[in-house]
Amino acid sequence: MEVAKLTNVTRTYKIGQVETRALNGINLTIESGEFTSLVGPSGSGKTTLLQLIGCLDQPTSGSVIINGVETTGLNRNQRADLRKGTIGFVFQFFALIPTLTAYENVEMPLLLNGKSAAERRRRVMELLEAVGMVDRANNRPDQLSGGQQQRVAVARALVTNPKLILADEPTANLDTENGEQVMEIMKKLNKETGTTFVFATHDPRVIKYANRVVTLQDGVIVKDVPANGKS
Amino acid sequence: MINYFKLAYRNLGRHRRRSLLSGLALALGTALLMFIAAFFQGEMRSAMESTLRLNSGHLQVRDADYDPDKLSVAWDYLIETPQQVAAQIQTLDVVQTATPRLFASGIVSVRDESVGVQIIGVDPASPANAPYRTLMAGAFLTADDRDGILIGYPLAQSLGLSVGDKLTLLVNTADGSVDQQPFTVRGIFTTGTTAYDKGIVFLPLAKAQAFSGAGDRASIIFVLLKDREQAEAVAAAISSPNYQVKTWRELNQLLVLVNDFSDAYLVVINLIILGVTVTVIVNTLLMSVFERTREIGILSAIGMKGRQIVTLFLAEAFLLALGGVTAGTLAGWAVSAYFGKVGIYFGDLGLSADMLLEDRIYTYLTLESAVNLIVTAFVITLLASLYPARMAARMEPVEALHSAQ
Ligand SMILES: Nc1ncnc2c1ncn2[C@@H]1O[C@H](COP(=O)(O)OP(=O)(O)OP(=O)(O)O)[C@@H](O)[C@H]1O
Ligand SMILES: [Mg+2]
Repeated sequence: MEVAKLTNVTRTYKIGQVETRALNGINLTIESGEFTSLVGPSGSGKTTLLQLIGCLDQPTSGSVIINGVETTGLNRNQRADLRKGTIGFVFQFFALIPTLTAYENVEMPLLLNGKSAAERRRRVMELLEAVGMVDRANNRPDQLSGGQQQRVAVARALVTNPKLILADEPTANLDTENGEQVMEIMKKLNKETGTTFVFATHDPRVIKYANRVVTLQDGVIVKDVPANGKS
Repeated sequence: MINYFKLAYRNLGRHRRRSLLSGLALALGTALLMFIAAFFQGEMRSAMESTLRLNSGHLQVRDADYDPDKLSVAWDYLIETPQQVAAQIQTLDVVQTATPRLFASGIVSVRDESVGVQIIGVDPASPANAPYRTLMAGAFLTADDRDGILIGYPLAQSLGLSVGDKLTLLVNTADGSVDQQPFTVRGIFTTGTTAYDKGIVFLPLAKAQAFSGAGDRASIIFVLLKDREQAEAVAAAISSPNYQVKTWRELNQLLVLVNDFSDAYLVVINLIILGVTVTVIVNTLLMSVFERTREIGILSAIGMKGRQIVTLFLAEAFLLALGGVTAGTLAGWAVSAYFGKVGIYFGDLGLSADMLLEDRIYTYLTLESAVNLIVTAFVITLLASLYPARMAARMEPVEALHSAQ
């Protein structure tokens, strides 16, 4: 099943008179259960592509279909709705809400989805367990290491059982050990739950886990090959 | 349900000093509003009370031809058989007291100094004299006193008079000439209203009538009611072609006007103070919106909608308003209550008899205006906070996420 289907997608940024074509005629289909890496040099359009798939941004032209829903033309609220049920994000910076504990951060998407207290508790504990953060549940982000924060972010991205997790350089700010650990967790969750993962990355440690590697250059897909990801 | 207040509380706690300061600004603003309202109301109440009690009464019955500006005791201008008229009015249920008074113009002279005064002849037994019965020295007048006079404290001071001293009083008489006679100072009164006390002397009614040649006539029947709002009704009930009946509203048109305007002034002052205060709050919230741009982006990315983001910031404003307005109300109330007891000394503001003010103004805050202020401060704070809140909600998630990287 197609989780995401991009057809002839273009995204240009205009700053003053200067137009940057960040993406130029992208055709890409992501199937359910993939563990895909987007690679390419800096400025090639990886982040831009992830933002379009994640409905954080809209293409200048072309069509983006997420989980069977055409997203071009959706308003802000409709896009927020689509995101909260279908897509989870893991960012390069450890994007936790600083005033909330690890537990509360993971709980937030469930609150936004209107889940019951009992279900929230069960899901949050399940995910904290999966990322090995149960004993740090009541710590605030500033009391956690970078790797621990990123594990909490992974738990938060997965807690609503989304179809698709988008991660933009999730290991860039982590040392080797923590980077590996976070990747191991995501790979395990991918295998156990069938959740689809797409990474934008430069990191060979990430790429080696992928079962598909899409290479971007100057906003164009120049290479799209299956890989036999480490498991 | 998301517990917005929990989130808001924690967010305010991130910059405790800043939150505290903006709460304090709101508290100060609210306290100031309360105090100003209490001051205005106290001032107006005092002006009203002093003027009505000391000067105009609630109703005055006069001869149809009477001209208050002339202070003439020519018989044509005066009420015949004033005791009977007063007694009749006194029978009405809503009337607290009715008493004849005679007004004449005169000059007090001692040695080589002289001062123009208004002579008021009063029935010494009347309860309407209560405001003049606070004496600095001596005793009040008695009905059969033939050469006693009651003078105000400021007049006594300026002429160097004490109880028992003699003075000469000159009066314009009913037939248009002048008469004069020595009097002995029996007492020195104070009403706490210098503007009034410095220009008034009292004589027993009978003596004033005899001295000025007014016969047994009087200038007015001075009437106090149990409820001043009944003035128009009573005036209608006792009207007659022989008399003019004036209500306190007609007698104090300037004061009534100022009273009405003071509410409008108050609204303007309130808006200015609230404007300043609210700017501080809005500024605080704007700062926190800008600081938290990325966080708003994260919340938006995980599916928080604009409306929910607005609610989040409004909850912060609500908590600030709750703390600030509560503290301000307590402080404002306390200060107003203190000065309501002790008063604020202004001295003689030199106002005319049209608007008498006590030398001390006692602040006075009605529950109604306190509640009004609290609600206004609250609502305006929340309304103003809509601006930063909506600004947060309008941020595009992509830009928000980019901003702090
Ligand atoms: N908000 C923006 N405004 C203007 N130009 C932008 C914006 N975001 C990205 N770009 C431009 O679009 C192009 C693609 O940027 P993008 O961030 O997608 O690259 P990337 O592959 O993620 O790079 P990196 O590996 O450095 O993260 C770049 O030329 C960039 O300068
Ligand atoms: Mg990037």
